[in-house]
Amino acid sequence: MRGEDMGGQVLLIEDEPNIIEAIRFILSRDGWQVHTHSNGTDAAQIVRDRAPDVVILDVMLPGRSGYDILRELREDPAHSDLPVLMLTARGQSKDREMAERAGASRFMTKPFSNAEVLDAVRALSAQ
Amino acid sequence: MPRDTLTGSRIRERRVLRGMKQADLARKAGISASYLNLIEHNRRRIGGKLLLSIAEILRVEPAALTEGAGAALISSLREAAADMPQVSAELDRVDEFAGRFPGWAQLLADSRTRVAQLERSLETLNDRMTHDPHLAASLHEMLSTVTAIRSAASILAEPGEVDAEWQARFHRNIYEDSARLAETSRGLVTYLEADETSPLETGAPQEELDAALEKAGHTVPELEAGEDRDAALAKLGRGLSGPARGLLRGWLDRYASDAAALPLDRLRPAVEAHGPDPAALAAALGADPACIMRRLAAMSPEDLPTPVGLAICDSSGVLTYRKPLPDFPMPRFGAACPLWPLYRALSRPHVILAGPVMQVGRSGAVLWADALATPQAGPAVNADPLYQAQMLVRPLPQGAEPPATLPQLGVACRVCPRESCEGRREPSILASVRR
Repeated sequence: MRGEDMGGQVLLIEDEPNIIEAIRFILSRDGWQVHTHSNGTDAAQIVRDRAPDVVILDVMLPGRSGYDILRELREDPAHSDLPVLMLTARGQSKDREMAERAGASRFMTKPFSNAEVLDAVRALSAQ
Repeated sequence: MPRDTLTGSRIRERRVLRGMKQADLARKAGISASYLNLIEHNRRRIGGKLLLSIAEILRVEPAALTEGAGAALISSLREAAADMPQVSAELDRVDEFAGRFPGWAQLLADSRTRVAQLERSLETLNDRMTHDPHLAASLHEMLSTVTAIRSAASILAEPGEVDAEWQARFHRNIYEDSARLAETSRGLVTYLEADETSPLETGAPQEELDAALEKAGHTVPELEAGEDRDAALAKLGRGLSGPARGLLRGWLDRYASDAAALPLDRLRPAVEAHGPDPAALAAALGADPACIMRRLAAMSPEDLPTPVGLAICDSSGVLTYRKPLPDFPMPRFGAACPLWPLYRALSRPHVILAGPVMQVGRSGAVLWADALATPQAGPAVNADPLYQAQMLVRPLPQGAEPPATLPQLGVACRVCPRESCEGRREPSILASVRR
């Protein structure tokens, strides 16, 4: 299923400008509407305001960790099922475990390929 | 033949290991229990037929009793076997193995030590990967940059429409990111190389320090002569890693200030008069008993023919200094037996806990221990002091009669044959032999 058919909206929470640009480009080209945010502190509020179909959430963010943001979202019944793809730069099993425990729908380690991100976003929005 | 004074000790050791009562061994060997007791405490010489028959009852080679295969070697072999129980090494024949193939046995024991060292290095490295914030940040930075480059590059390389403006943008991003990547990786290499001075393979710094002090006989003639600490540091610290040299520097500083407070000329006559008794010496010399303990441990065999042992631990119980005695071994790493008065002293600071001690399974020699915990530094404003404890181990003072029953201490749980012990922390590798 392609984004344009859904009119899907992705919120990308990531602080690396060039990663943001690349992901934004490939998702937009696939028909997704992409919003980005680079700060951890108010990320949870931005998710509530924007109500995206899929969230891509980096673990290491300025201000607040991705795990904490995700935990806060999951405590809210309105976002308990929100598809969240977590990005981390450490592939250790401990990180995967922490992401799962925090309630991540999917987990991806850097460096990932564009195709992987695209596949993950499509699969998550179809759930 | 080497001069043998420990045959009795070895008989006792083997008997305890077999879980046999003194009376039972005596009966089977056709002697009285009290006579066997004298033999086991090395107060009667034993040889000839009696030795042969005791060796037979204990099922060991007579030579293992007279010459001994080296308790340290045997215990290393046992530990090696315990590390890999699935191999089912013939533990009941460990003496035979060590006796018949001493070279191979030593090789096995040394290899095990090496493996243990390497395992610890690996753990250290692992810890570093997980906990070193600089390393983690650098790697994170590199991976993020690589991700950005990969994404941008594949947008350009893979089929799909990219207009000219976007192409230029991604080209520029790749260029910027590759410069950043080069910078980060250069920084990382510099950081890792700077660390090469610490030879991780030699094990923990504390072990390096222990080995260096052991080699020096725990005494530093240069500092006794009032010479500069740096000269002693250069001599003793040769070949040590940076962290171990740091520990050595601290040790030498304390040694120098101890030696200045209590020079050998003052200490020597007092020890001749009072013996190596820290409390009596403290009263006679008006000196700090903790300092006296360290000074006694630093006396050379010429000044103190019967050496004393000393263990020092910090508040967490970790041994920061160890000078063992043949009859009072101390674990090379890890924690010691929790029954040591050393640890009791931590809960009763400023009191010298003195009394007889004995290590289980040893020659049965009764020794005397003086343990004392004192603050590591002087009083501070509104802050609780950190304590460290010291335990001096010395021969039983003349005239002191060992009590009939004496609580037996161990070295460390793993090499302790005492089965029911409230202090036990992990199973013994000896107990499995008796089962």
